Amino acid sequence: MTTKFTPDHEYIRVEGSTGIVGITPFAQEALGDIVFVELPAVGKVLKKGDEAAVVESVKAASEIYAPVSGTVTAINEELTVNPGLINADPEAGGWIYKIAIADAADLDGLLDSDAYAELTL
Amino acid sequence: MSMNNQGRPTGVGTSGFASTSGSSLLPNEPLLFEIGDTEHSGVDLPDVTITMDRLGGFERKTPLDLAGLTEPEAMRHYVRLSRLNHSIDSGMYPLGSCTMKHNPRLNEKMARLPGFSDIHPLQPTSTVQGALELMNELSHWLMTLTNTAAVALTPKAGAHGELLGMMAIKAAQDAAGQSHRTVVLVPESAHGTNPATAAFLGYSVKPIPARADGTVDVQAVKDALSPEVAAIMLTNPNTCGLFEPQVIEIAEAVHAAGAFFYCDGANFNAIMGVVRPGDLGIDAMHINLHKTFSTPHGGGGPGAGPVVLSAALAPFAPVPFVRKGSDGLELVEHAEDEALGRITAFQGQMGMYVRALTYMLSHGGDGLAQAAQDAVLNANYIKARLQHVFSVPFNDYPTMHEALFDDTFLAGTGVTTLDFAKALIDEGFHPMTMYFPLVVHGAMLIEPTESESKQTLDRFCDVMEELALDAKSGNAARFTSAPLNAPRRRLDETRAARSPILKWERPVEAMKAAE
Amino acid sequence: MRYLPHSAAERAEMLGVIGAADIDALFSAVPARALKNFDLGLPAHSPEFLVETHMKALSAKNHAGADGPFFVGAGAYRHHVPATVDHLIQRSEWLTAYTPYQPEISQGTLQMLFEFQTQVAKLTGMDVANASLYDGSTGTAEAVLMARRLTKRNKIVLSGGLHPHYRDVVKAYLKDDADLECLSASPEGQGDILDHIDDQTAAIVIQTPDFYGHLRNMKTAADAAHAKGALLIVVITEVVSLGLLEAPGALGADIVVAEGQSIGNALNFGGPYLGLMATRKEFIRQMPGRLCGETVDAEGQRGFVLTLSTREQHIRREKATSNICTNSGLCALAFSIHMALLGEAGFTRLARLNHANACKLADALAAVPGVEVLNDSFFNEMTIRTSRPAAALIERLAARGILGGVPVSRLEPKDPTVANLIVLAATELTTDADIAALCAALSEELA
Repeated sequence: MTTKFTPDHEYIRVEGSTGIVGITPFAQEALGDIVFVELPAVGKVLKKGDEAAVVESVKAASEIYAPVSGTVTAINEELTVNPGLINADPEAGGWIYKIAIADAADLDGLLDSDAYAELTL
Repeated sequence: MSMNNQGRPTGVGTSGFASTSGSSLLPNEPLLFEIGDTEHSGVDLPDVTITMDRLGGFERKTPLDLAGLTEPEAMRHYVRLSRLNHSIDSGMYPLGSCTMKHNPRLNEKMARLPGFSDIHPLQPTSTVQGALELMNELSHWLMTLTNTAAVALTPKAGAHGELLGMMAIKAAQDAAGQSHRTVVLVPESAHGTNPATAAFLGYSVKPIPARADGTVDVQAVKDALSPEVAAIMLTNPNTCGLFEPQVIEIAEAVHAAGAFFYCDGANFNAIMGVVRPGDLGIDAMHINLHKTFSTPHGGGGPGAGPVVLSAALAPFAPVPFVRKGSDGLELVEHAEDEALGRITAFQGQMGMYVRALTYMLSHGGDGLAQAAQDAVLNANYIKARLQHVFSVPFNDYPTMHEALFDDTFLAGTGVTTLDFAKALIDEGFHPMTMYFPLVVHGAMLIEPTESESKQTLDRFCDVMEELALDAKSGNAARFTSAPLNAPRRRLDETRAARSPILKWERPVEAMKAAE
Repeated sequence: MRYLPHSAAERAEMLGVIGAADIDALFSAVPARALKNFDLGLPAHSPEFLVETHMKALSAKNHAGADGPFFVGAGAYRHHVPATVDHLIQRSEWLTAYTPYQPEISQGTLQMLFEFQTQVAKLTGMDVANASLYDGSTGTAEAVLMARRLTKRNKIVLSGGLHPHYRDVVKAYLKDDADLECLSASPEGQGDILDHIDDQTAAIVIQTPDFYGHLRNMKTAADAAHAKGALLIVVITEVVSLGLLEAPGALGADIVVAEGQSIGNALNFGGPYLGLMATRKEFIRQMPGRLCGETVDAEGQRGFVLTLSTREQHIRREKATSNICTNSGLCALAFSIHMALLGEAGFTRLARLNHANACKLADALAAVPGVEVLNDSFFNEMTIRTSRPAAALIERLAARGILGGVPVSRLEPKDPTVANLIVLAATELTTDADIAALCAALSEELA
């Protein structure tokens, strides 16, 4: 199991051919209290870089882009009633959607945890 | 009276909150629905009996459940509520880009003359010649001040004017076989309404970066121009409070590329009577009557956003408009080819036209120019007095009617722009505009307007300076806890957004809903 | 100049602090050829009494509603506004406050908006209402766009009973849109919009009472729309009708848009007015305009804030639900105060009085030779067919000092079938003498 990052502060945790996507602790800290999450539809086909979801704080709305191409296989319904999960537990309970990775090569272009840590120093 | 298990009353019409007890100066007032009931009324009307046979079987069965108040109760409710508001009449309101200037009461008095307030938009035009004359006269002032060929009065507010101006541009280009122009250039410092308007009309928005001095990068505009570009939407003076020094060059480049120049006139107050936008090459510009010409903001509106148009766009103005006919003034309600059509029912914001024209006549051409110059003088005075303590992001040019600071001066203090602004409340001032324009970190945009006396400006600057020094001296708590001296402390906006409560519900219902 | 506080000496002193030689130095960024290189030719500043004289002269050239019998409606209605309303809205704290972006010192405006939203929700029978839009016509266009976002479908069908101006505004907003279907004018309440609903339809738009005064069946429209997955948008131009007629929310409406002018706001020749918009709870994130919500402050006290503002232009920019920024705050205040003064008891009485006067008007008109009343059902407004063209007839009535309604041809000039139709309204201000005067004049003109 590996986790990769985008420069836009999404993470993708790879479990086999599935990726679990969310935003990093750094991103949730910067956004402040999340009040609403607009989730993608299950079955939606995304190209790398497409807008997949939107997270909103009181004063800002931020698009969450697809880190890789693929198809949405699951969404975190819990976020519709408790968007604060993204603040409290961004990397586990606050995941946003799961994606069936179309091309594992997409992952190669992403940052590893050291590179991402450097970016957010 | 039935009570729920929290001891709260269960229906409209409660005496649980005593409307008449307590000090009138306390910053609390129960909701209308907690003091009124469905029986009380402050309006005497005869109780006529009717039959239901002409209502088509659609008579109301659902209870209205609307709380009513007698006149003395209503007076007290709304007077008490009003006391929880800051207003221009009670103190300085230096909100950048909002132009909170004095609202003369003569304007209000004139707007209530029965010949203006008690006339119907669809009564015969032969019976409203004075109203059409007023619209004509207002148009003359607006076209003269901007040196433009036409004006569309009807937009209901600035954003509506923007929409109309961009619709006129689209109509003109469609008529000229230029429908392939699908891109609109919008500087990064623009008001949010600009990209929203462009997108609304199906344009894609191409941002234009700002230069280090806070003005638009002319070269970037030239590089972005192409046969696909429909227009540029440029605010001038811009949202950083600066006059775009190369605006004429930008206009010429835009025109050379076959595109139009939409100017956001939100900041016209800085230049009215001093610079005519038509001389700068604009094709369309909305004028916020509620900013520049002092129609009151009224807690968020109504506004009015007439749009002046160049000769090239004049044929694409919407209906209705006033025209001289053989029999006096005519109201043209249907254009020959209806290029753009109609963007609102009726004739627009007549009540605002009356106020704006009254304001213009009071000032005269000379007074409007003086007002613009005083607005600019006041902003530069604030900047001059504060720049040794505050950080000025752009200092290559004098500022226009707004002084812009960033939050560099707060670095390491633990105080944010928001905290700083809230502390200003405790000193009796309304905060400045914060975090806008977006191109400046922790922006504080201060627009004093021409209405403030030197004495008020001095006191404002003294307070600002004292606050800045206090923040720098490490007294962060004063800021992070502010405001203390206001009807409410800081409000929990996260809670409001996570579980929105957007109307009052009977406590029982609210409890049921929560279960 | 009475509005400008600085003396010449103060201006000079301030320039000194700035370090500018003169005022022009502060305009140094302006290209020289554009700076004060003109003579405006506008009059100079003027004392208050002279401005007043000028404006009063213009006002006096107009025939005001109170000057004679008045039957003009068609989307704006002449009702009585209690003196308390106008007094209160002119208080400094209401009149001269800005949008309540600093909630700690704007609780008056915010609580009022919360009360206003509640009143509108109750009136319309809907879950939530926003803090007002510009007016009913632009509100209708916004509702249509909202329905497209909600359904992700494009087809919109406008009833032939929709106010022609409203239809024209929707057309302008949806420029060149093949998916907009406008049914032809239906002055007799005819035309079956239900046949035009298909599985591509985002919404149908029905006005009731419609432009011609007929009461339309919202329930069947809602059922037919919902059966195809479309939404029902209900438009109301005379909000007083809700005192007597069933709430659209109870009949299945998905979005309700109304012109709120009738309550608290004068005719003002067309504006400023206020648009009311209400919808179902699950649709709020696609609703345009400001919303006020309840919360608590740092000490746990109840308070109000603008909320869900991520829908709006200043945050979403090109992704906003609408470009709308300004609302009709002061008009909403006037509405809310007037509605609070009325309460359910007063509002119901007001509605009944309007309907009773309209019944008298309809009966009297029906007795005039050459006049045919087209309505079986109405609230306070109806359409008549006259034996002579309506536009000229209305002019002749005006020459007699009677404002006798709106010739439909003024709004539908290209439709020859409406040339002899007049839309007339009665309100609580209509007297028996007004009705008698109108009918006597009509009898003479049509003889």
